[in-house]
Amino acid sequence: MAPGGSILSSRFWVGAVLAKKSIGPVRREFVPWENSDHPPFIEFRGVTKKFGEFVAVRNLSLKIYEKEFFALLGGSGCGKTTLMRMLAGFETPTSGQIFLDGQDLAGIPPYRRPSNMMFQSYALFPHMNVEKNIAFGLKQDSMPAREIEARVSEMLRLTKLEQFAQRKPHQLSGGQRQRVALARSLAKRPKVLLLDEPLGALDRKLREETQFELMNLQEELEMTFLIVTHDQEEAMTVADRIAVMDKGELVQVATPAEIYEAPNSKFVADFIGDVNLIEAKVTGKSDAGTRLVSVVDGFVIDSDQETEAGLGETVWYAIRPEKVRIAQGRREEGQVNQIDGLVWDIAYLGDVSCIHSKVGEDDHDTIRATFANISRMVENPITWDDEVVLSFNRDAGVILKG
Amino acid sequence: MTRGPTWFNITSLVLGFSFLYLPIVLLVIYSFNESRLVTVWGGFSTKWYASLLQNEQLLDAAWVTLRVAFASATIATVLGTLAALILVRSGRFMGRSLFSGMIFAPLVMPEVILGLSLLLLFVAMGTARGFWTVMLAHTTFAMCYVAVVVQSRLVGFDKSIEEAAEDLGCPPVKTFFLITLPIILPGVIAGWMLAFTLSLDDLVIASFTTGPGATTLPMKIYSQVRLGVTPEINAVCTILVGLVTICVIAASLVTKRQQVQRERDERAAFGADG
Ligand SMILES: Nc1ncnc2c1ncn2[C@@H]1O[C@H](COP(=O)(O)OP(=O)(O)OP(=O)(O)O)[C@@H](O)[C@H]1O
Ligand SMILES: [Mg+2]
Repeated sequence: MAPGGSILSSRFWVGAVLAKKSIGPVRREFVPWENSDHPPFIEFRGVTKKFGEFVAVRNLSLKIYEKEFFALLGGSGCGKTTLMRMLAGFETPTSGQIFLDGQDLAGIPPYRRPSNMMFQSYALFPHMNVEKNIAFGLKQDSMPAREIEARVSEMLRLTKLEQFAQRKPHQLSGGQRQRVALARSLAKRPKVLLLDEPLGALDRKLREETQFELMNLQEELEMTFLIVTHDQEEAMTVADRIAVMDKGELVQVATPAEIYEAPNSKFVADFIGDVNLIEAKVTGKSDAGTRLVSVVDGFVIDSDQETEAGLGETVWYAIRPEKVRIAQGRREEGQVNQIDGLVWDIAYLGDVSCIHSKVGEDDHDTIRATFANISRMVENPITWDDEVVLSFNRDAGVILKG
Repeated sequence: MTRGPTWFNITSLVLGFSFLYLPIVLLVIYSFNESRLVTVWGGFSTKWYASLLQNEQLLDAAWVTLRVAFASATIATVLGTLAALILVRSGRFMGRSLFSGMIFAPLVMPEVILGLSLLLLFVAMGTARGFWTVMLAHTTFAMCYVAVVVQSRLVGFDKSIEEAAEDLGCPPVKTFFLITLPIILPGVIAGWMLAFTLSLDDLVIASFTTGPGATTLPMKIYSQVRLGVTPEINAVCTILVGLVTICVIAASLVTKRQQVQRERDERAAFGADG
């Protein structure tokens, strides 16, 4: 775990469980990374990859566990594909080691590695039909013909491609091709499946369907999945854990809920989802938490979090828009966690509305609050230039350094 | 704006094509001439084709030519394909532009110079000139054409298709034969046919590099014509024209198909909705 994630140490978790509190809904009881004795299935140990002078991956260490669905998330060019290609064997690390199931992968060519990759471009063999594409990997293992046939039809059924078995790739739609690529990489039942932006070309609906298909498959076949994606929603949907990368380094590795609710840095908070970042000075520290005073407008924030920052230091208070309540009126004198604002902009998004309120002199000093549109009609709705009060709970935000 | 062809355009088209093809058409027509005189029409007959079969010398020359063309086209295709692979695949290496320049230079080199230099080489090496030297000479210059044709096919090739094969457990050499070669095959076939045709009708290089007992058909025809054109020559030329035409049409059909296929493959490989 990255150093900044200290509030999520096991102590915190034990406490959270005792208090029947947890971050987000619990999907499944699968937390091998909590146990330091649990041997990792894939391990990057101090891996660096340079292309000439350019450092694509910098001294990266990472453990991924058996049967885990692990997502790599990060901006364009941050080294996700490079990391995956090193695991598949298409790139050699400049330094560092990669282990798979306890075995050092150095010097093992791609065709002898127990991982299979689903390419972003699908990379289907254009001169073979769907069936032959799927059977290709099995033939390389000289599997008996009858078993190959059985496996191929199983894969066709799984990916709902039965009626396309005899078609060539160019006779398929984008979504069908993507499923062929998936079936082909799954057919060998690899210990590790690498998915490089596998759903990038699909429309939203097909994408969501396939995400759930992938999750079911992964649970059914008990394989380890490593998925690269640009799309944070996708990562949060499918993954047990997410690694956020920036410029070839890991910034945070944690469960989707932890990443969202307890980002360890401004970068992660900003990268995942929408966030209000409030610059503030630490004015008080106690066992019960921390008191901050905003640099803009001087309102007081009372947080239940502890911080390493000393008194008088400047920190960032990150709070998600959906955790900010908004009401017409002014704040009560002497109240904490309340901010006076002026409605600046309103976005109606159907399921939710987002209101930007100006809290300082500068046009950029706005705080966003979103709320679910629970009723179809609203009496006396908030509108432009309304005076509003923004409020939030003590445990709504996180304190981040620099 | 509809502007049909003007009289001027039509006339120049007709003149141009007549200039190109009239001699060949005449040659074909006169190969079916009954009369022995080349310029007088004496009625339709195929007897010169029959008498061709009796002409041992011409048949020998034809047999030599076919063997040379087949062997040189095949070797040139293997070497040219390898050269194209290296040029496209190996990224930047020392002397890469020199290498690619050298591959393509023979395309524009005058044949006389190529023939002469090869002759000098064979003489210097003390090689007995004959079938093998002609074959080698043809391989040399046909290889460049093959390299160009195959290279055009390789440029649009998505490397991740090969990586996918290796990822699925297929070693590199096997990947070449199972994946790469089938995909570039139309280019390779077109290259072979081009090499075959080039060798078939080459006169200059063959004259320089051949020796006794390995006279090719174009050389034979050329030397016979100096003694006077016979209807037999017309017949053999007609056959040659037919053969070359078939090769060229086949090669262009394959190339055409390759283009269509490539567009489809690209769409397939890059996952665009189609
Ligand atoms: N073969 C290469 N030669 C030189 N530089 C490379 C090579 N491959 C990747 N890079 C560089 O390494 C960096 C990381 O590339 P990588 O493909 O891993 O990014 P990525 O995180 O997958 O980005 P994206 O999300 O856009 O796919 C990029 O800046 C890229 O330009
Ligand atoms: Mg990438």
